[in-house]
Amino acid sequence: MSTVAVPARRERRGFLSAVWAFVKRHVLTVYSILFFAYLLLPIAVVVVFSFNNPPGKFNYTWNEFTWDNWRYWDGVPGIRSSIVLSLQIALLASVVATALGTAIALALVRYRFRGRASTNILIFLPLSAPEIVLGASLLTLFLHLSFVTFGFTTILIAHIMFCISFAVVTVKARLVGFDRHLEEAAMDLGANEWTTFRKVTLPLIAPAILAALLLCFAISIDDFVVTYFNSGNRITFPLFVWGSARIGAPPQVNVIGTAIFVIALTAMLVNVLVQMRRSKGAT
Amino acid sequence: MSLFHRHRGLTPYLLLLPGIAFLAVFFVVPLGFLGYQSLQSGNIDFGYAFTWEWSNYWHAIRDYRAQFIRSLEYAGIATALALVLSYPVAYWIAFRGGRWKNLLLLFIVAPFFVTYLIRTLAWETILSDNGFVVNTLQSLHILGPSGRLLATSTAVVAGITYNFLPFMALPLYVSLEQIDGRLIEAAEDLYASKLHAFLRVTLPLSLPGIVAGTLLTFIPAAGDFINAQLLGSTNNHMIGNVIQSKFLEQTDYPAAAAMSFILMAGILVAVFLYARLVGTEQLTGTAA
Repeated sequence: MSTVAVPARRERRGFLSAVWAFVKRHVLTVYSILFFAYLLLPIAVVVVFSFNNPPGKFNYTWNEFTWDNWRYWDGVPGIRSSIVLSLQIALLASVVATALGTAIALALVRYRFRGRASTNILIFLPLSAPEIVLGASLLTLFLHLSFVTFGFTTILIAHIMFCISFAVVTVKARLVGFDRHLEEAAMDLGANEWTTFRKVTLPLIAPAILAALLLCFAISIDDFVVTYFNSGNRITFPLFVWGSARIGAPPQVNVIGTAIFVIALTAMLVNVLVQMRRSKGAT
Repeated sequence: MSLFHRHRGLTPYLLLLPGIAFLAVFFVVPLGFLGYQSLQSGNIDFGYAFTWEWSNYWHAIRDYRAQFIRSLEYAGIATALALVLSYPVAYWIAFRGGRWKNLLLLFIVAPFFVTYLIRTLAWETILSDNGFVVNTLQSLHILGPSGRLLATSTAVVAGITYNFLPFMALPLYVSLEQIDGRLIEAAEDLYASKLHAFLRVTLPLSLPGIVAGTLLTFIPAAGDFINAQLLGSTNNHMIGNVIQSKFLEQTDYPAAAAMSFILMAGILVAVFLYARLVGTEQLTGTAA
């Protein structure tokens, strides 16, 4: 695109503007590299300090390299059970929220019905409310219901609640470009609605459902604020980090943080590389 | 035939029912309970009673005005910083990213792959009293010999800015990426300088991204209490810290509920003012 415009401008403005354009282009690139360094700096700190043998209680200053934190990743009391709880909640919450969210997305994109606008608003509101309000309001609900005991169920309910909207938005984005003729063709060929859904619709939106599952899982496993308000005495991994931060977080926290980062990054990297190869093959 | 139509008419509602019912019970109803709680009086030992206790609101504003203002202030500064910091990079990726775009975007969201609390703790390490940032600033005499970054408002704002940066950068990228490069070329062919083409074409066209990014950053930032807790001192506490401690440590539920509502109202007002500001800016931009 710009190859057309650049020579024309060069003739008009001469050599100096070409130099200026060159410099400016590189200023932006240099700035961007610095920006990425800034973004990645704390991540590097997390990774590096997972190999640190802290001199005292606080893992702030570099002392010496050790594999021990990785070898004994669950050497701190409570860390293993907090990870297990986080995984259980994230798994259940992402499955339930994605199922509920996919159904809502299907209804919103495929059908015209009364109350569609208000449904859209209802989906949008949890996304735009501060987390502390979501957590606090759910807490007051549970406080008013005397039969509720805080714990696994209340955490799970909270996580499903804030994940639904993310699932709806993710699946909806994909459904908008969906070719309805494929379904009509299946119906014309004698398939009923349920068979059409199973054999045509579902395979086509499967990538969107997978994306929603992964997003919900990631949000759930990272959540602190809403969980903090509704966990009772159960401790998820972020709550464990919070609790240990007050007395000096052990390097094992960095180990788990690094592990989560590497797993998530690998999954995304594979996804991006596949996309890049696909787009390269297309052109 | 008529049966089929009726069935079709019901389908969307059947699809909506489970999810919407869940959100109604665990999102809408709780907000009602929060409002109900905010007008109660009493305490945890003797129980609470609903007495239309509007004084909860006045007392919250009277006693915690500093924290309310600080929350909006910190969130506002952090949002502005995030915008200024990430706009050039979003621009760079959108116009110069080529086929590396997706990979570069992955770098932008990379911080999200590290647990929120852990990346904030990493900032605690970076800004700690013997860390290289403090040492460098001290040797440059920007910071006094006993000066520190932790437990200052600078650290809290820096933490908030960092933690919500991807929320700003992504919408910016999306809106910049959608701009037709030919429009900018057309402006330049019509003798607009690069700067003018940017100010008159690129910037207005990226406004939806700026608005979305600003809201996505400002709203969670105003309610945040983690950065203030881990990177600040009690002098930097935001309203989120107060709500959190009133709810979970002092069990003063009515006051905490009232503060939650004031926080939401404050955010709504800020968003409304911002929308008006952007609206006029957009108007003058096209009129000039």
